[in-house]
Amino acid sequence: MSNLKWRLALIGVLVLASIWALYPRNVKVRQRRADGTFYDTTSYRVPLRKGLDLQGGMHLALEVDDSKGVVADKSEAIDRALKVVRTRIEGLGVSETVIQKAGNDRILVDIPGIDDRERAIKIAQDQAFLEFQITDKTNAFEKALPRLDAIAREKGFGGAVASAGTKAPSPSSSLNGLLTTGADTAAKRGTGAKADSAKKDSTKADSATLGSGGPISKLILGGQMPGQFVVERSNYDALKLFFESPEVIAALPPGKVLRFGNDSTVLANKVYRFLYLLDERPIITGEYLTDAKPNQSPIEGTIVEFQLNNEGGRRFQRETARHVRDNMAIVLDKVVMGVPPVINSAISTRGQITMGGKDLQAAQDLALVLKAGALPVPLRVAEVMNIGPSLGRDSISKALTAGAIAIVLVVVIMLGYYHFSGLLAVGGLALYVLYTLAVLAGFDAVLTLPGLAGFVLSIGIAVDANVLIFERIREELDRGKTVRTSIDEGFRHAMSAIIDSNVTTILTAMVLYQFGTGAVKGFAVTLIAGICASMVTSIFVVRTFYLLWLNRSRGAQTLSI
Amino acid sequence: MRILHGTNYDFIKPWRIAIGVTVAFIATGLIFLGVHKGLNRSIEFTGGTLIQIEFAKKPDVGELRSTVDAAGFRGAEIQQFGSDTSFTVRAAGHQAAAGAKVENTATLIQAALEQKYGKSNVHIARTAIVGPRVGDELSRNAMIAIVISLGITMLYLAFRFEWRFGVAAVIATAHDLLSTLAFLAIMRLEVSLTVVAALLTVIGYSLNDTIIIFDRVRENLKKARPEPLYDVLNRSINETLPRSILTHVTVAAATLSLLLFAGEVIRPFSWIMLFGIVTGTFSSIYIAGPVLLWIERRWPRSRGGKEGPSPRNTAKASPRPPAPRTPVGAR
Repeated sequence: MSNLKWRLALIGVLVLASIWALYPRNVKVRQRRADGTFYDTTSYRVPLRKGLDLQGGMHLALEVDDSKGVVADKSEAIDRALKVVRTRIEGLGVSETVIQKAGNDRILVDIPGIDDRERAIKIAQDQAFLEFQITDKTNAFEKALPRLDAIAREKGFGGAVASAGTKAPSPSSSLNGLLTTGADTAAKRGTGAKADSAKKDSTKADSATLGSGGPISKLILGGQMPGQFVVERSNYDALKLFFESPEVIAALPPGKVLRFGNDSTVLANKVYRFLYLLDERPIITGEYLTDAKPNQSPIEGTIVEFQLNNEGGRRFQRETARHVRDNMAIVLDKVVMGVPPVINSAISTRGQITMGGKDLQAAQDLALVLKAGALPVPLRVAEVMNIGPSLGRDSISKALTAGAIAIVLVVVIMLGYYHFSGLLAVGGLALYVLYTLAVLAGFDAVLTLPGLAGFVLSIGIAVDANVLIFERIREELDRGKTVRTSIDEGFRHAMSAIIDSNVTTILTAMVLYQFGTGAVKGFAVTLIAGICASMVTSIFVVRTFYLLWLNRSRGAQTLSI
Repeated sequence: MRILHGTNYDFIKPWRIAIGVTVAFIATGLIFLGVHKGLNRSIEFTGGTLIQIEFAKKPDVGELRSTVDAAGFRGAEIQQFGSDTSFTVRAAGHQAAAGAKVENTATLIQAALEQKYGKSNVHIARTAIVGPRVGDELSRNAMIAIVISLGITMLYLAFRFEWRFGVAAVIATAHDLLSTLAFLAIMRLEVSLTVVAALLTVIGYSLNDTIIIFDRVRENLKKARPEPLYDVLNRSINETLPRSILTHVTVAAATLSLLLFAGEVIRPFSWIMLFGIVTGTFSSIYIAGPVLLWIERRWPRSRGGKEGPSPRNTAKASPRPPAPRTPVGAR
């Protein structure tokens, strides 16, 4: 009797704990406004987490990109990259993001609710390596051009037709004439390093090709400041490829690098891209950056304002003092942002980057990645899964329908075959569903579509233990044992089979969890939770129901089974 | 109500027919594998791009194909997915791998479709882009998962029963794996990660069934009256028959409701489970039992309980082996 009370109390406690675990509560969620920003709100719901395949969203796998140079210790590099990616993604302001390391060389990113694939990839993958480099003023590029022409002829550089050069004055005179113009256009404001946007009018038509002879030099025109050049946009792709080849990099003057600008300019109805020759050594890099925020200015359009820490500020001041009257290029991931401004006097901790024609969201994203810091290694996208929210809702409703039908069928079968005992099993099944969901909520497990399917399937499997026990009780009754003894013996004999079969299934599910990813992990977790719950309900709960019944109808001679 | 109660069928006797049927089925699967050059693997394994598109109204398939071709993805697979307004476009990995960034494939196809059908009539429900390396790794991990789970099971059963039972159960399970793969090949079901999960569930389910019969064998062997293993096996299968039938019926009910109502994404999973119920039942009766008998005949327990291989002179023709001298499991 006291045994029975103790059993009932335990079941009661389990039920209460399950209800508490599943009781709808206020959950903080971030919602997206129409303009792309986020706000916090609370929503009253059951605390079960839905996987990406059920609620919609994006899954990314990033891996170390070793195509441009070998990365010695990938695992360590990924650890450092993970921190950066996490800061960036969390900066997006989406709730319940998952950012984790997988294996040795991969980062998995789950972002619920995001539907802009390109943008999310860009934020996660952009290296965001910020450098400040001084433009070359020794005419080194002009001197190197014959060598580049030679390489181009050797490689059979096709290139597009150079139609830009209408007249060809000597390069030096053209550049000298432009130097002053360039200096005038770059104004300094306060202590800010101001990257001027392209002054289209000042470039005029007096740019000229640097030489008409070689296949490369005929494509390149002098710019408005030392180290700046312009190329026609139609030639941009071919030249970019050419300049990235190792022979060309080796042929450049020592300590100098070639970089394209993100801006373009229009000359005589043609679109041109800027090209810069820069000192390879940056005067400062983005590692000293403490803050970055987007802004809009009526003159320069969209800008990102940044701030350096004290150490960076001191260094920046020292370096800029040495380079007064020089042009300073702000280089992000090897692309010059805006037009390099002239340094009029030493600059300390504040600066800005002009974004050209980009919109405010692009500036927001740039500020975000700058603040999070540069990625220590380049990453490439290994996998992208993008699931629309409507597909997820559809999946949930279908899985729920299937689950409801499965439950009805199982209940009908159990009641039809085992009558009263079947009713006890159905009671156990109800508790099984409750306990399983509670375990999932309690462990903060993620419900996925395969997980839901596994759960529906487990409803069919969950009664197996009951079936084993009931068949055993029938056998014992057949041997002429009393009802009470038969029930005891039935449970006792069925126990070993139930435990052995369930333990092997749990072992398989654990292997699945270990080697599976995403949705499959969710399936394994649901399976394990289901098996544990079904063992508790069939062995303990249904037994208690029997004890209760035996207690009520003392001396029962027959059992409806 | 009681079904198949107190039966006394000889399940072991037709073992030749049973093995003939299963070998024929697996061979058919192998032929299908050969004809189709391997399993129909999802892009999770092959790499590439998959886009699921919901159209506002039923599109012309030929037109859809020419639109995708024109976007530069000739040879992309186009399939109807469930309803007739839902389609998947699958571009192989190599089409994207050449120079262009992999992630652009989806964008290009999407743009081409939106231009053709109008932005409001095309809704992208799902995209998946997988690089080639991920797939190789997944295939390897899936293999490792299957092998490890079989190994762990064998160890557990060797510990709980004894090694002969463990080996017999694992052979029966390996048979289920083979016949399910044959089923996959014949049905041309797409092998995704979810299908691998289903495969492992089938393994677990079939093992369950085998263990429940073996548990009864273990119990019957412990009884005082020594009986040949052949008879013990038959009796155990007969005694557990009502349980087997009822459990299979409830699991089949759950699986059928998944197959019919849970939608297209989960359908391959349901098919495999449904087949798994059949092959699991078959193998625990017709494979696990005869294999256990065969092992027992090859390596019978010696009188002192010491295990060791015996001379290979046992008659091969008769499926009925000599009775074990000491009851199995009595150790």
